[in-house]
Amino acid sequence: MRKYTPKDNVQKKAYYTDRYWVAPRVPREAVEEGSHFAAVADAMKAFAKESYIEVGQLVIHIDPTENFEAIKTLKEQCGYTQCSEQSAVDYLAQDGEFELFYQFLNINEAKRVRIVCRIKEGEAIESIVPLFNSASFAEREMYDMFGIKVNNHPMLKRLIMPDDWEGHPLLKTYPLQGDEFASWYEVDKIFGKEYRDVIGPENRDPSRIERYDTKRFSRVGYEVPFDADISEGEKPNPIEYSETVLVDYNKDSGKQLEERR
Amino acid sequence: MQQPNKLTPFFENLNFERDDNTMVINFGPQHPSAHGQLRLILELDGEQVVKAHPDIGYLHRGVEKMAENMTYNEFLPTTDRLDYMAATSNNYAYALAVEKLLGIEAPRRAQAIRTMLLELNRIISHLFFIATHALDVGAMSVFLYAFREREYGMDLMEEYCGARLTHSAVRIGGVPLDLPKGWIENLISFCDKVDYEVKNTYEALLTENRIWKMRLEDVGVISAEDALNWGCTGPMLRGSGVKYDIRKEEPYELYEELDFDIPISDRCDSYGRYRLYMEEMYQSTRILRQLIPIYKESEPQLMAHAPQYLSAPKEEIMTQNYALMQHFVLVTQGMRPPKGEVYVPTESPKGELGFYIKSEGEPYAYRLKCRAPSFFHTGLLQELLVGTYIADVVTIIGTTNIVFGEVDR
Repeated sequence: MRKYTPKDNVQKKAYYTDRYWVAPRVPREAVEEGSHFAAVADAMKAFAKESYIEVGQLVIHIDPTENFEAIKTLKEQCGYTQCSEQSAVDYLAQDGEFELFYQFLNINEAKRVRIVCRIKEGEAIESIVPLFNSASFAEREMYDMFGIKVNNHPMLKRLIMPDDWEGHPLLKTYPLQGDEFASWYEVDKIFGKEYRDVIGPENRDPSRIERYDTKRFSRVGYEVPFDADISEGEKPNPIEYSETVLVDYNKDSGKQLEERR
Repeated sequence: MQQPNKLTPFFENLNFERDDNTMVINFGPQHPSAHGQLRLILELDGEQVVKAHPDIGYLHRGVEKMAENMTYNEFLPTTDRLDYMAATSNNYAYALAVEKLLGIEAPRRAQAIRTMLLELNRIISHLFFIATHALDVGAMSVFLYAFREREYGMDLMEEYCGARLTHSAVRIGGVPLDLPKGWIENLISFCDKVDYEVKNTYEALLTENRIWKMRLEDVGVISAEDALNWGCTGPMLRGSGVKYDIRKEEPYELYEELDFDIPISDRCDSYGRYRLYMEEMYQSTRILRQLIPIYKESEPQLMAHAPQYLSAPKEEIMTQNYALMQHFVLVTQGMRPPKGEVYVPTESPKGELGFYIKSEGEPYAYRLKCRAPSFFHTGLLQELLVGTYIADVVTIIGTTNIVFGEVDR
């Protein structure tokens, strides 16, 4: 029987795992009374499902439907005037959900807050561009990389990948080397799908290195004549680099060589 | 009207057939002052920009995807390729994020060396900024002078780690090497050289230069409120009068102990930002000079002691059985940090460079997000360019100091 490989997460897995080993967790601290974060947590009480401090930053879990209101409160009441980052984490394989995070900075207090929410696959999230313009690029990138739709975004369109791209590269189901569409993208676009057979997989990628190709790839230490057949293996052909450097090109004077020696 | 077909796809190069007398031009991606692979689609009314649409992704290499398929140590050299003008800043930001996740701290000598490298990279990057910015605006000689000093800085990097551009000079938990013999003396003479040249060459050539002032003053004006709203950081934010530097406000490494000033400019324009960059170079040499006694007084340990995550020093691996076993496991399997998420911001030469890492306790990061300053500065262009003249577009791209390695990732 063929070995089963999971299709919902095709990223690299650890080769060896101890089945009795339980990964520890980065300590989560409770919000301390009287601190700046306590005031933030208090203002966000209506929205927060869970809040704690992880590595010096306050993390607040909220409901995805309330993200705009919650972030508005954070901006207007707690002074978090900069949205540093916004993106998502793919948990489709485990929970069928995306975890979205928003990273905020308060300039006056030099404190950072992360707002986290989870949405189901296929659900959309409300855009926060009316509050933070920096989210316009971040949300477009998230849409491009994960396919998460953002409602009321001024221009929700692919940012990094080409407009006619299929698939969302940061999904766990998307292989590192790209999928079928990615490998034929240029051929399809320039010549059309019908040319896939004419061009063939060996010519579609100009930077592809074929193991037995002696035409395009320098085989350092294993040089063979151009177009030789090396399918039976090739002989090592070591180069004496020091000799090449010290070739006596002008035998008559020999002065330069002496100096270099 | 161009007829698009499969062999000649339609590009929005020039389209004169508009009813309202506007013109759409395509700036880049192969434009010498696009600082890499920026494609700007500009809608012009006469010479004035009505709409700007930055199109990025021409240098996309899927760094974040690669991070999910590499062990933590394997990924470190990839970070060199983000902001390749100051590679050590990226290495450091990544290493610091992983260290925060692991809960370890580099020993003092490693911290001194790292801070030195960071500031040296800041000078190298700022020299590159002034060189290319001046070249874009038309001051060719500044480009040649600034590249000369930058070469000296890169010589120092090469002496330390062997590479000039992609350094990988930082490791998770410390630094791989101590400073070579005579490096400190070279560093001091480099600092003297930079101080002298910035004052007597670049500033003498540019600061009061009539053409330079005409091209830069009141060009690319961005208010403090807009700068915050658009996610501007670093010199772009301080150039708008907001005094926020992560080195001072959320100090990491040895910045807490060092005495340096944060220059700000309330001009909010390109000229103010240029002055800011010049001033930051003086501050960096000031930091470098203070670090030399700190380095000399420190203990010679270079890597943190955390056998669960980091290999022991080479002597121990070669002499002690357990250290060798540990090293073997860490090299073949990679370290397994605890479950959790961190976001660690650092002040790179261009602004806030932060790494968000989500770990599920496996040797591969579950998700890594690189918060690159240039990415948000590119987003700002869609607002900043509107209303300016086409001749100022080049100045504004230059002043944002964007590098496409980190915009596209």
